[in-house]
Amino acid sequence: MENNLKKVDIIFEVDDKCTPLEVLDKTLKRSADDIILDLIDSGLKGRGGAGFPTGLKWKFTRNESGDVKYVICNADEGEPGTFKDREILDRVPEKIFAGMTICGYVIGAKEGYIYLRGEYNFLLKNLLKKLEDFNNALKKRNIDFRIYFKSGSGAYVCGEESALFESMEGKRGEPRNKPPYPTVAGYNSKPTVINNVETLVYTTMICHMGPEKFKALGTSDSRGSKVFSVSGDTPIPGIYELELGMPLHEFVNEFGDGDTKAVQVGGASGHCVPRKKFNDTIIGFEGIPTGGSMMIFNSSRSMYNVLHDYLEFFTEESCGQCTPCRVGCQQLLKGIEAVKRGERPPAYLDDLKKLTGTMKIAAKCGLGQSVGNPFNSIIDNFREEIIY
Amino acid sequence: MLTTEALVKELVEKNGRTRNSLMPVLQGIVQQEHFLSEEALLCVARELDLAAADVYGTASFYTFLDTVPRGKNIIRVCKTITCHMKGKDEIINTLSNALKIKVGETTHDKKFTLLTANCLGWCHKGPVMLINDEVYPELTPQKALEIVEEYAKSTH
Ligand code: SF4
Ligand code: FES
Repeated sequence: MENNLKKVDIIFEVDDKCTPLEVLDKTLKRSADDIILDLIDSGLKGRGGAGFPTGLKWKFTRNESGDVKYVICNADEGEPGTFKDREILDRVPEKIFAGMTICGYVIGAKEGYIYLRGEYNFLLKNLLKKLEDFNNALKKRNIDFRIYFKSGSGAYVCGEESALFESMEGKRGEPRNKPPYPTVAGYNSKPTVINNVETLVYTTMICHMGPEKFKALGTSDSRGSKVFSVSGDTPIPGIYELELGMPLHEFVNEFGDGDTKAVQVGGASGHCVPRKKFNDTIIGFEGIPTGGSMMIFNSSRSMYNVLHDYLEFFTEESCGQCTPCRVGCQQLLKGIEAVKRGERPPAYLDDLKKLTGTMKIAAKCGLGQSVGNPFNSIIDNFREEIIY
Repeated sequence: MLTTEALVKELVEKNGRTRNSLMPVLQGIVQQEHFLSEEALLCVARELDLAAADVYGTASFYTFLDTVPRGKNIIRVCKTITCHMKGKDEIINTLSNALKIKVGETTHDKKFTLLTANCLGWCHKGPVMLINDEVYPELTPQKALEIVEEYAKSTH
């Protein structure tokens, strides 16, 4: 079958002619407004999953008054199936540092923090060394910006930006009410830009290559490329940078093992797409947006077990702050177990689907709101596997 | 080795006395003492001028900030979906048999605690485990045993 899947190499590209520090030197000669215009023009949307336009986020934060502002790099990657940020942190950390520094310049911040999940502490030794060199280089250039690391301690919900701030402030990582948004009141209640690791690298690369080249990739709704982490039943698991807006069937042609039954797009909180929908599913903001995780399941897998694993995960990682999520996750888990054991009729699954509807409306943060994505897509497409 | 009190003082000295330094202080204690004892939590509360319940409330939220005694080496086997698909049960059973402890328990000599963890970010190279801060991907039962034996041999 014909395959148009476009592999790209922007993030990991080794370009001797252009080091992150040179990009920085070149970029800081320009005005903050020009940089923002380029980012907006590039169409870059946040790569952590939510997809907010990066240029706008920087612009809003720049427009806030106050002399203390922060840049935070969200390296609390914990979505099952996602491991792209680890690879980026390991291979091209300077591109992250440069992106943070450019952001600091644009919004007027003097401090940047990388919140690294505790599970990635083994990366620290190497990262701290590189950071020291980078901070020294900033000092030499009289750039008034410093970057620091903060470590997480094993809580998935801290990837949610306001929970991350709480954690940095020495509190339980419980998401805050919004608004105010981070651009107004983030870390220490100051205006804050918080971007995903991958997003920050793309800002560096857009400053390097110009918005046009980036914009030329992808589709009108989903500009550019993105890093995907591929796992599960595939002969070639790993990290791949691909153009956005690809049809799922092309992805499966490339990465499946010939027996692919379903692909979970966007990690445990994403959507499960069955084979019959591969042809008309687009990976991008016009179809299924994703933080990058693609889990492939072949026909030997029980989708009941898959859903059960996901629900166990959410039950354990719910911060417990709001009832729809705390109790809802547990009820969904107990519910499919009861149906499996025959203690509840199959129609009970429809009641559980209604519960996810309530969670979507009433849960406070993305964790509780998105549990319905895997739940409903697996129940709808693999109902018999849940019942029998 | 420092007493708990001296350790807390040292960590507070290094990280600062504000609430923002609570996490690094707690993390520093866990690194040295493998868990947060009541004494440690009380010391931190005193040094940072916080209610002890507040400190405990924060500590108990995080998986890696243990408030029950743990062994010198904490083994965390990923149990999330793709590691499950690649055979994490076998790894857990093998380690459990070799160490003669169940998940959640600590060996008598206090050298090992066996735990499970949610996704460790190595889904393409599962099954995977973390021992303290060190990561071991692409495990087989045999490989897992050999790695743990190495830890058992080392004196520290
Ligand atoms: S939705 Fe879940 S994780 Fe989010 S605030 Fe509510 S209880 Fe916490
Ligand atoms: S599922 Fe085990 S590392 Fe991600």
